Amino acid sequence: MTDKYMELVNTGATKKLAKLLGLPRPPRLRRYSEQGPLLPGPLLVLGNSARAQELSDTLVSWGLDVCRHDAGDAKLGGLLLLLDELVHPEELSPIMLAAGRALRQLLPGARVVSFSRPATADDEPAVAAVRQGIDGIMRSVGREMRGGATANGIVLENSTSILSPSALASLQFFFSGRSAYVDGQFLRVRNDQGVLAEDFTKPLTGKVAVVTGAARGIGAAIAKTLARDGAQVVVVDMPQAGDSLVKVANAIGATTLQLDVTAADAAQQIMDHAIGRHGSLDLVIHNAGITRDKLLANMDAGRWDSVIAVNIASQLRMNEAFLKAGLPNLRIVSLASTSGIAGNRGQSNYAASKGGVIGMVRSSAKLFETNGGSIAAVAPGFIETDMTSKIPLGTRTVARMVLPSLMQGGLPQDVAEAISFLGSDAAAGLNGQVLRVCGQSLVGA
Amino acid sequence: MSQQSARNAVIIGGNRIPFARSNTAYVNASNQDMFTAALEGLVARFGLQGERIGAVSGGAVLKHSKDFNLIRESVLGSTLDHSTPAYDVQMACATGMEAIGSLANKIKLGQLESAIGGGVDTTSDAPIAVSESLRGILLELSRARSTKAKLAALAKIRPSHLAPNAPGTGEPRTGLSMGDHQSQTTKAWGITREAQDELALASHKNLAAAYDRGFFNDLITPFNGLSKDNNMRADSTMEKLGKLKPAFGKNLGESATMTAGNSTPLTDGASAVLLGSEEYAQSHDLPMLANFVDFEAAAVDFVHGAEGLLMAPAYATARLLKRNNLSLQDFDFYEIHEAFAGTVLSTLKAWEDEEFCREKLGLDAPLGAIDRTKLNVNGSSLAAGHPFAATGGRIIASTAKMLHEKGTGRALISVCAAGGQGVVAILEARS
Repeated sequence: MTDKYMELVNTGATKKLAKLLGLPRPPRLRRYSEQGPLLPGPLLVLGNSARAQELSDTLVSWGLDVCRHDAGDAKLGGLLLLLDELVHPEELSPIMLAAGRALRQLLPGARVVSFSRPATADDEPAVAAVRQGIDGIMRSVGREMRGGATANGIVLENSTSILSPSALASLQFFFSGRSAYVDGQFLRVRNDQGVLAEDFTKPLTGKVAVVTGAARGIGAAIAKTLARDGAQVVVVDMPQAGDSLVKVANAIGATTLQLDVTAADAAQQIMDHAIGRHGSLDLVIHNAGITRDKLLANMDAGRWDSVIAVNIASQLRMNEAFLKAGLPNLRIVSLASTSGIAGNRGQSNYAASKGGVIGMVRSSAKLFETNGGSIAAVAPGFIETDMTSKIPLGTRTVARMVLPSLMQGGLPQDVAEAISFLGSDAAAGLNGQVLRVCGQSLVGA
Repeated sequence: MSQQSARNAVIIGGNRIPFARSNTAYVNASNQDMFTAALEGLVARFGLQGERIGAVSGGAVLKHSKDFNLIRESVLGSTLDHSTPAYDVQMACATGMEAIGSLANKIKLGQLESAIGGGVDTTSDAPIAVSESLRGILLELSRARSTKAKLAALAKIRPSHLAPNAPGTGEPRTGLSMGDHQSQTTKAWGITREAQDELALASHKNLAAAYDRGFFNDLITPFNGLSKDNNMRADSTMEKLGKLKPAFGKNLGESATMTAGNSTPLTDGASAVLLGSEEYAQSHDLPMLANFVDFEAAAVDFVHGAEGLLMAPAYATARLLKRNNLSLQDFDFYEIHEAFAGTVLSTLKAWEDEEFCREKLGLDAPLGAIDRTKLNVNGSSLAAGHPFAATGGRIIASTAKMLHEKGTGRALISVCAAGGQGVVAILEARS
């Protein structure tokens, strides 16, 4: 449905008609391919920052065509705003006006990324004002983007440098097609930990990754993406979903583990399988989840309890067991949802579980860091899956086209890309992160 | 060669699809579809994608003539390396046992490092043959050279020739169904209706309990919308079983005891078992559940009434125990295929019978009784169903897992087969 609509409004005579009628024209997103360039054209870097020259050299080493301060009339694949040294809102004017002129030169699928520092209660009022102002700027720019271009920011916390591994990895992620459906979001670099992958196309080489709920939809896409990125994957799902699980596994050289994640010994079974069969357990993706929607006024114990048990209690229990086992450098990425952030009618149980995931991730960060590990969550917005195809057409159309800046639903692949990134060693400095993959939507799904 | 000098053949694991009563969930699935699904589940469980296995062997009892290379064709439809050799084996209901046992022997001899054995059967997609007279005419037609000769052949066809021959489970030499044969044996050994129903009930209860505790999570992969054996009746009771009317041995009148409840139904399904040498399992980081120690086949003359059709395993067991210096009581698990409850109970009774053991088995003393709490502890064919050639793989994989869970001990497996045959095997736990 989306594809057909997108085709019509973006090609030939129907494109003209759509323009004339003012119909929303969802752009084609620039998604990742191993062969594709990091950006669709040259990168303009505006603003100043200590070590800007070193950063520029690094960007060149990534194969980018970098222009400092001025790119003339050239079409641009990206715009990088160095805003981390600003101390007063009055300093924004020159750089933002220059940025505005450059926006007109952006190619379809271009990227605008900012570097900034967090606004905290300890900052001077003017410093906090400009820093918080940048948050508003980038979210607004995201809403002004066209042609599948996006705007996102990297916030350097705790005096981390723009050259810290996770800052650079975040920049690579935002530039590349991996972040196609991430818009108006911020990644917060907490520390200097992490190691950039030698090969950007294989960031998970040598890792053993377990994906729960991998038989279908987003879980299957995650499994495929982790395997593409170099991981040995173990796919987990309910015994009843075993036949679909086999197809996923055999397409990517994974092994299957039929398991109910609510089982008391689920973590032990996962560790036994991953370590016994593949030598280690490096990455766990808590993707298994269910919806049992009902207005709270009509809610019953069966619906409420099953959602809590599968979507959050199982993750808490498993994480506890993983921590107890003291696995070194274990990374966890959980599936949250924008429902857990924005709420959603009929989903109080689901929102409790997904909000719960966000709380769990933030609180567990320091626990996993003790053994060199990390934990993060991805909160998908409206993703086109079997689950969302059951939503009534009208609601679905509004959800996918009108409210997100990118005017379309995301694909399971978009969620998978963010998960693979957050589960990589280069993202270790992003510990505790919750990243929305929602096309800058205002609603939950 | 002696057992001591050969290396171990190790059972690594297994996979089967849920078994489905005939003409239910798998009505549109062929033998090749089902065996390929069993193979693909095994490949996924053990990460064998793209791997060349030493040999894949198995078969089906009811087989279309086009399926002359059933197992090889299944391999070609799988994600195994297509340079994996494969061949068909057929020994009625003991097909899976014979296939797996022979593969184990090749591993012990050092001829194979890895192997997959199993079997499949469908009575829903069974071959139907034209009548013998029509077949004769059609062959004559194909030999005819002139139009006149062709017309002459065609002119011989009569409407009555068009009635097809559906396959049955009747014994070709006696015309009796397997159930009717067993009913004679059941009666001869004085097995009561109640004892048979109790065994059937235990089979359903044990199978259901095994599902409940997740025992089959790494033994079964769903197929065609089915995730459990659909013959299983977890809520069965002695009362319900007691109400069923006799289905076999009706000529026995009032003393007929064999019902649809204490006999296996016609079933569709497939199973596969992965075996290897210790070196293979270790180098691939694969589990070693049990050693396949030894196996033995026997056959009896049921045609002239000297012995019951399904009693061969009693004979095979005596020889197997002797060869391995074991007594019947030296086992922690007994897996006796429940073709009919009467088959299991007649076999147990025969082993306890001094005269039978002396006269028929040539033993000085009876093999004796077994501890019934060790018998078919996770259910057997009465509950799971019995897709003929797939039963051996089902039992061997489950038994190997049971032994591994226990960590020590050994198991005796017994499978009877049409034609008065049977195959028995010994597995030994690996911790």
